[in-house]
Amino acid sequence: MPDTLLPVMPPADPPAPARSALMPLRVRDLTLQMRGQPLLDIPALDLDCAGTTVIMGANGAGKSLLLRLLHGLIAPSSGTIAWGGAAMSPAIARRQALVFQKPVLLRRSVAANLDFVLRARRAGTAEARDALLARVGLTHKASQPARLLSGGEQQRLALARALATRPDILFLDEPTASLDPAAVQSFEGIVSDIADEGTSVIFVTHDVGQARRMAREVVFLHQGRITEHSAAPRFFAAPQSRAARAYLAGQLPL
Amino acid sequence: MQDFGDAIGLALNLVLSGDADLFEIVLLSLRVSLTATAIACVLGLPLGAVLAVSRFRGRQAALVLVNALMGLPPVVVGLIVYLHLSRAGPLGFLGLLYTPTAMIIAQSILITPIVAALSRQVIEDLHGEYSEQFRSLALSRRQVVQALIWDARYSLVTVALAGFGRAVAEVGAVMIVGGNIDHLTRVMTTAIALETSKGDLPLALALGLVLMVLALGINAAAQSVRLTAARFAYA
Ligand SMILES: Nc1ncnc2c1ncn2[C@@H]1O[C@H](COP(=O)(O)OP(=O)(O)OP(=O)(O)O)[C@@H](O)[C@H]1O
Ligand SMILES: [Mg+2]
Repeated sequence: MPDTLLPVMPPADPPAPARSALMPLRVRDLTLQMRGQPLLDIPALDLDCAGTTVIMGANGAGKSLLLRLLHGLIAPSSGTIAWGGAAMSPAIARRQALVFQKPVLLRRSVAANLDFVLRARRAGTAEARDALLARVGLTHKASQPARLLSGGEQQRLALARALATRPDILFLDEPTASLDPAAVQSFEGIVSDIADEGTSVIFVTHDVGQARRMAREVVFLHQGRITEHSAAPRFFAAPQSRAARAYLAGQLPL
Repeated sequence: MQDFGDAIGLALNLVLSGDADLFEIVLLSLRVSLTATAIACVLGLPLGAVLAVSRFRGRQAALVLVNALMGLPPVVVGLIVYLHLSRAGPLGFLGLLYTPTAMIIAQSILITPIVAALSRQVIEDLHGEYSEQFRSLALSRRQVVQALIWDARYSLVTVALAGFGRAVAEVGAVMIVGGNIDHLTRVMTTAIALETSKGDLPLALALGLVLMVLALGINAAAQSVRLTAARFAYA
């Protein structure tokens, strides 16, 4: 049986922390083509999950494109995306934040990068900025040029900048790819905290251990299609699709 | 006509002794061209930034126009400004012809397209890098433009230097609208042209020397701005 015909499992329902105001997410008949290439085809995706949803899948599966679609940075070729019952709009996008796979930092100091966003959102106080810097462990780098930070430090600054907008939905695209183990741990702590505070986190990672630690639900993408969407314990214990089994076993998902 | 070697010696002497006439001319040149550069930046930078970030019908044509205006011949600019400011022209009542103000107007018109076109290029490149992040942050157009201008600040300083370099070295426009009047509108380039034709080589050479040093200084300044930007990874 081809993977794409597998039933998409409704997630099990463990007790949830506070639920984001923008949930639920409903995606219907979503397709995306670019330069004539079909890149995504998602007949239906429903997320009504507080806490953290992890999106997994091989390189090129379409994970980053899916985040861009859900955040309104690109428009689908067809289909609909609705958050909390309302169609995707700039007003909704404003209540979301995305930490890109490659952080784009301004040509300013670390502190000025945060000040910029705080001021743009009219939330700009020095205390707010210092609290964010402390939260991601960059207090001692505050006056350094942001673009001279190490790769991991840049990712932490990008996270702090996303938090500065106090998003209801936080998208993270492989945010720990260049973090050291201690930074990964502190990062996961921060993400759990903000998930407990009522922000829904939608998270792309290739780190299976991290996905096990963080995810309440897992969405698995294979060649632009969702082959599996289930509660995390079930996904890791008994992945239903061949592609997911192969991915978890470290094989090429053919 | 003096011997060429003598002329150089006399020119150096003029510069080193701080000759009053020479320095009056140099100062007026600087005042006119620096003011024109400031005006060109105030008009040209935002124009370049808006052209860089907005998408409207006719944008390609606007870009071609601005790029073409970069190559405006100074004498043509001088002629157009002259026609407007002359007694019979639409702005003749202002009485600006043959004043430093007329020269500032002409040089501003000459270099505003240069500042606009070069800053458009600089800011568009930066916008390509930032635009997705800015859209994610849901910034207003105004916030985007301000942020881009600030983040391109080092490159934009070199753009301003390029504009100043062009203004201070041009002769056609200021000659026509300034008239090269002694103690009033005589700047380095027009003085060089006049003194050379009169055969007063020492003053012409001295002014030429100052102009060359100025050009060197502008390029050294641009270079050090670039190096500073690179040191902070702000380039
Ligand atoms: N602008 C574009 N034009 C054409 N194809 C694109 C474009 N952007 C992405 N793609 C293609 O879409 C596919 C999915 O890209 P995407 O970036 O979503 O992958 P991903 O799942 O995030 O992979 P990775 O794990 O490597 O980050 C890739 O094959 C990519 O080449
Ligand atoms: Mg990706």
